[in-house]
Amino acid sequence: MFDEGYFNLGYLDALSYRNTFVHRLDPRAKLIATVAFIVTVVSFPKYEITGLLPFFLFPVLLFSLGDIPVKFILKKVLLVSAFALFIGIFNPLFDRQAAYSWWGLPIARGWISFLSIMLKFFLTITSALLLIATTSFPGICHALRKLGIPDIFISQLLFLYRYIFVLVEEAMKVVRARDMRSFGNRGKGMKTFISLAGTLFLRTVERAERIYQAMLSRGFSGALHAVKPYRVSGADVVFLCSTIVLLYLFRMHDVVGAIGGLSMRIF
Amino acid sequence: MSHHIVELQNVRYHYPDGTAALNGLSLRITHGESVGIVGANGAGKSTMLLHLNGSLMPSSGSITIGDLQLTAKTRKEIRKKVGMIFQNPEDQLFMPTVYDDVAFGPLNLGLGREKTAERVEEALRIVGCQGVRDRPPHHLSSGQKSAVAIASVIAMQPEILVMDEPASSLDPRSRRQLINLLNAFDHTKIVASHDLDFILETCERCIIVKDGRVMADGAAETVLSDKTLLEENNLELPLSLKNNPLTRYKGATMNDLDKLKHLIEHWKEHNKEHARTYREWAQKAASLGKMELAGVLGEIADETARIDKLFIRADSLLG
Amino acid sequence: MHMADALLSPAVGATFWAGTAGAIAYCSKKLKDNMEEKLIPLMGVLGAFIFAAQMINFTIPGTGSSGHLGGGMILTVILGPYAAFIVMASVLTVQALFFADGGLLALGCNIWNLGVYPCFIAYPLIYRPLARAGNTPRRILAASLISGVIGLQLGALSVVFQTLLSGRSELPFTTFILMMQPIHLGIGLVEGFVTAGVINFVLAARPEILESSLSARPFSANISVRKVFVGLLIAALLTGGVLSWFASANPDGLEWSIKKVFGKPELPEAGGGIAPALKAVQEKTAFLPDYTFKKTEGAGAGAEEGKKEEARPAVETGKSISGILGSVIVLAAVLLIGVVIRALRRKLA
Repeated sequence: MFDEGYFNLGYLDALSYRNTFVHRLDPRAKLIATVAFIVTVVSFPKYEITGLLPFFLFPVLLFSLGDIPVKFILKKVLLVSAFALFIGIFNPLFDRQAAYSWWGLPIARGWISFLSIMLKFFLTITSALLLIATTSFPGICHALRKLGIPDIFISQLLFLYRYIFVLVEEAMKVVRARDMRSFGNRGKGMKTFISLAGTLFLRTVERAERIYQAMLSRGFSGALHAVKPYRVSGADVVFLCSTIVLLYLFRMHDVVGAIGGLSMRIF
Repeated sequence: MSHHIVELQNVRYHYPDGTAALNGLSLRITHGESVGIVGANGAGKSTMLLHLNGSLMPSSGSITIGDLQLTAKTRKEIRKKVGMIFQNPEDQLFMPTVYDDVAFGPLNLGLGREKTAERVEEALRIVGCQGVRDRPPHHLSSGQKSAVAIASVIAMQPEILVMDEPASSLDPRSRRQLINLLNAFDHTKIVASHDLDFILETCERCIIVKDGRVMADGAAETVLSDKTLLEENNLELPLSLKNNPLTRYKGATMNDLDKLKHLIEHWKEHNKEHARTYREWAQKAASLGKMELAGVLGEIADETARIDKLFIRADSLLG
Repeated sequence: MHMADALLSPAVGATFWAGTAGAIAYCSKKLKDNMEEKLIPLMGVLGAFIFAAQMINFTIPGTGSSGHLGGGMILTVILGPYAAFIVMASVLTVQALFFADGGLLALGCNIWNLGVYPCFIAYPLIYRPLARAGNTPRRILAASLISGVIGLQLGALSVVFQTLLSGRSELPFTTFILMMQPIHLGIGLVEGFVTAGVINFVLAARPEILESSLSARPFSANISVRKVFVGLLIAALLTGGVLSWFASANPDGLEWSIKKVFGKPELPEAGGGIAPALKAVQEKTAFLPDYTFKKTEGAGAGAEEGKKEEARPAVETGKSISGILGSVIVLAAVLLIGVVIRALRRKLA
């Protein structure tokens, strides 16, 4: 469980340093596009289903252009679906009015809104994961800084990112030691956890002191500078504009209906 | 006025809980020297190093770096001269990418972006890590981490490099690379380590510290081959000197005849095997069609066999 | 419980983002004005510590289920509310990105729910008055338990309100409350217990850490908390009001969307064949026993929308098929695009 969490973290992080067209796009463009995508998807009303379908184009494009392993991301999406599923499943229970009969089988409105929640869930979560799979975390922080998020929060994010891997690995060693010496649930209780977390905490504070010494030794005087300059390229502009235009089209026009009608006329 | 001098005079330091870590430690290091600091755990090595750039301030005594005496005021200036490389690269590399980390120091020195970029490239080139410029530190191997930690310090162009256990987390190959790297620097180097072989290979001078005082100070080869002295200080002979016939009897009186006897004993040992190996490879070269090479290798084998015989004769002459 | 994007309306999501962003900006400013620089690395690694500690599961006595640490209270006790809030926000941001906990729109809600309450309500109003430096472990335990419970109750309550205001879920208010609050009572107790445990552990091993944190990072009088909170609340209400006013111009159109899926909202009479059998099965399953076929007889919020439905124009049957056909074509096309690009990439590589 712990090992898997750590592995996933590291793997996703490693993906974000690949070098594909999508990875090379400016982090700002990707961040803005992702947020616009999520807001558009979520803005659809409760019972929307067909309007959401064209939006699958975005994750599919990112998956394929960014060379991101589909199975890995889908597994992660499934893993966190509990809360949305848990809340959404009440819809068919409380909203039982039939909306439509499908060859005699009544479909409750609750099922439609439930399906809508699950589609939205899939689209929003996938897009967040795809953002981090195609953009390095320092890149995202850089984008946030450029978008006006306070410096202190950015430094905090960067420091956190730097030491997550160090501390999670340290925690993993302690957890392994605990699990090796505990059988069944014995030894995995709160008391053990407290002394384990306490020890880890003290080591962390000591580490912070050493880091501070290292920072001072290199002339730290309160500011963490960011250096890597990002330049907006033509590709970034094209990417962002076409995303926004497509989002607008898909939101405001019934793409599925139009294609369906067209195909009916053909057949 | 001589520059780049490190001088500690009668330095004492007590930790806040009252434990005395340095008890009147004095030493003097001149420009371009490479000095190893050795001693058991708790001898005061790390505490001493932390004084060199004012991370700790002495309770009494004085520290002079170049022509600056260490005070709270001069501390910042001194940190530009003294580049400190800490034991654990994880603590040293605190920025999210290698580039940002190496650039941290130069930017704090007030250098502009362009100038900083030059310094970063240069430092990464020296340690051979240009390829990982945009990586986060947690993607690096331990050898790369320690190399980047050094780059992050040399990018500030310090005059003196101070290192605490630089080789402790390295595999043998990375350790070897680090030794070569350090030997290529002409900075003044001060290295504290338990790895006495590492000191032997990187330092000309060696200082033994015990109970916060200097116990011995001299040429690294002399200090580190003195078995008795080392053992008095909870240390032992470096591995590379353990099987060396010259040091095996160090400490006891040994006349030149004895020395020669041991040397010849040592020299005569492996020639036979070497000759056999050369001959085998001569045959292999022949089977590959490299006839001329095979001929030369055969001659080397013959010569070696002859040398072997000569050593055996020399040995018998000594009786 | 992490709030999820899919359960949010843009108005609610944006409102809480506004509140959260305001809190981050305020805390950053506070810290910038009077923070020791030593705190910068400490905040960073403590964030990583909380992140790592959250990944460690432990068994909860008496239940056999496992729980994990939240960490908001521990951070606040060590770092003071401003720094703790920034750290908590950073931890949740990284989780939203790497673990997809909730999503990016819901992140505003999640930071609010798990950050604002422990840092700006539970700590200054409950923990601080109850426990001071040099207190007995018992007193710290009591203070931690109460503030842990209160913090999580408020967080859970927020989740309920955020969900209901968004109108994506059909859960009635009381059911939802009755579900969420008791669960979070348990979680709150565990959080309080673990918080007290870790704080007492640190107090025993290195008391100076806590003492220095109390003396060096004093929490300026409670008035400022109230000021912050009221300010945030006003900002949030304003944003929410404006956004929902915009949102109401775009009605929650059931008919509009249903029409698009199935073409025809009215229910045709059940024919023969397999459908009636399926229908019987569905009616018998306890899950959905009483399907109502009358448009006006909706459960809960359905009633209102029922009225709209009466005014709905009939749609020809042909459109029903076109909607499904369109959906299939769009999905197939999207998939095809993905497969083709992937194949091309492989070929080029």
